[in-house]
Amino acid sequence: MDNINIMNRFLGSIGFSVLAFCTTIGRIMIFACRAISHIFRPPYYGREVLTQFMQIGFYSLPVVGLTALFTGAALALQIYSGGARFSAESVVPSIVAIGMVRELGPVLGGLMVAGRVSSSIAAELGTMRVTEQIDALVTLSTNPMKYLIVPRLLAATFAMPILVAVGDTIGILGGYLVGTGRLGFNSTNYLKNTIDFMEIGDVTSGLAKAAVFGFIIALMGCYHGYNSGRGAQGVGRATINAVVSASVMILAANYILTEVFF
Amino acid sequence: MISIKDVHKSFTNNNVLQGVNMEIAKGESMVIIGGSGTGKSVLLKCILGLENPDSGKITLDGKETNKGDRDVFLARFGMLFQNAALFDSLSVWQNVAFRLMRGPNKISKNDARDIAIEKLRRVGLKPEVGEKFPAELSGGMQKRVGLARAIAAKPEIIFFDEPTTGLDPIMAGVINELIREIVVEMGATALTITHDMSSVRSIADKVTMLHDGQVQWSGKIHELENTGNPYLEQFINGHAVGPIEAVR
Repeated sequence: MDNINIMNRFLGSIGFSVLAFCTTIGRIMIFACRAISHIFRPPYYGREVLTQFMQIGFYSLPVVGLTALFTGAALALQIYSGGARFSAESVVPSIVAIGMVRELGPVLGGLMVAGRVSSSIAAELGTMRVTEQIDALVTLSTNPMKYLIVPRLLAATFAMPILVAVGDTIGILGGYLVGTGRLGFNSTNYLKNTIDFMEIGDVTSGLAKAAVFGFIIALMGCYHGYNSGRGAQGVGRATINAVVSASVMILAANYILTEVFF
Repeated sequence: MISIKDVHKSFTNNNVLQGVNMEIAKGESMVIIGGSGTGKSVLLKCILGLENPDSGKITLDGKETNKGDRDVFLARFGMLFQNAALFDSLSVWQNVAFRLMRGPNKISKNDARDIAIEKLRRVGLKPEVGEKFPAELSGGMQKRVGLARAIAAKPEIIFFDEPTTGLDPIMAGVINELIREIVVEMGATALTITHDMSSVRSIADKVTMLHDGQVQWSGKIHELENTGNPYLEQFINGHAVGPIEAVR
């Protein structure tokens, strides 16, 4: 009898977790659909979009740039080391470029921006929720979806491809510096190999991924912040959930998009 | 006139409002009192449309507030929140002029700024305060800014949520006096929720006491003393022992 009870409780807890997960996914989908529907309906808050574009895009440049620089440099060393085993050292420039543009630039840039931006959005909106600023917006005849959520979604979706394009360039530069300075590549040959083997599809697929990641980053920050629990603990939990869920969703979306662009 | 009829509201297993009935006449200053957790704030949120009642009706001049264009109702409302709820990212004058610079009846930035400065002056703040940010102000100043924001668009109905909470007695007296003066001056209808009896005596024309999500007593301010209602008497005299159980 005890064993049956334990088994029932175990299965019950699994069922509860699955239902809770599905409920959260459903809520996020409804939230996203509501937000998207507000993009196309006035009033529009252009100034807010611009402010968020600066916050999300411009101020994330250092972190994305540094991540890309060191990743490109390390990638060049790793590919050289691996390529040397079958006399294919010459592939370093092209693999660094393609690896950065198609995969590492968008994914690592996305994860870094998720850490910086999702947390900041969730903490800001969570604090606004706790201090009744969101309720105050409603009483001042301003729809929080339009004023708070839509500008952040638009700004992140458009800023991420630009950030990733800059990050890709810096990452390739990191590979170039290591390739020419440490691995003995000729500067002209390195640049020629980088450009010759790269296709336009490599760049566009990476930038498309970046736009999707930007949307995910802002959506997770906004969803968790907007629905934050009470008090400092509620805001803290919202921040953690925003970063974790944005990071996991970026990795999952990366696989799906890679399959699409494969 | 605001009419509240048989309003129920619950959260999970907690029945917060259990059939509230109330009427607030035009130009009247109604104060709702009651202990913490009796449903005062939830009732206010239901009237403002921030929460939807599970059942019952809330009407403003005969029209249900949660049906139709909510912006039409909200345009008639002003609200002073418990902790002022000023927007951190905006300067004080931008907070006050927030509604004036948005929506279908928006006015130019310069005009909005002039009105904001005038409203700040009305609540006893110097124009220089307008350039500061909310975080740079004391609690009393934030409340005054919140009051200036609530009255900036000349609303017909003003809501005050615990207007004196967290203030020292002198500042609380100043805020009470300002509320009374402004409401009379504007000819507005006022609905205040508080458990501060000095606020009640300064602001109210009419008082309603909520207990366990229902109206326990309602009457004019001069009828407040010696009602014979044990709940009301315990509350206004601040006795620990009585029909209202203190949550310890």
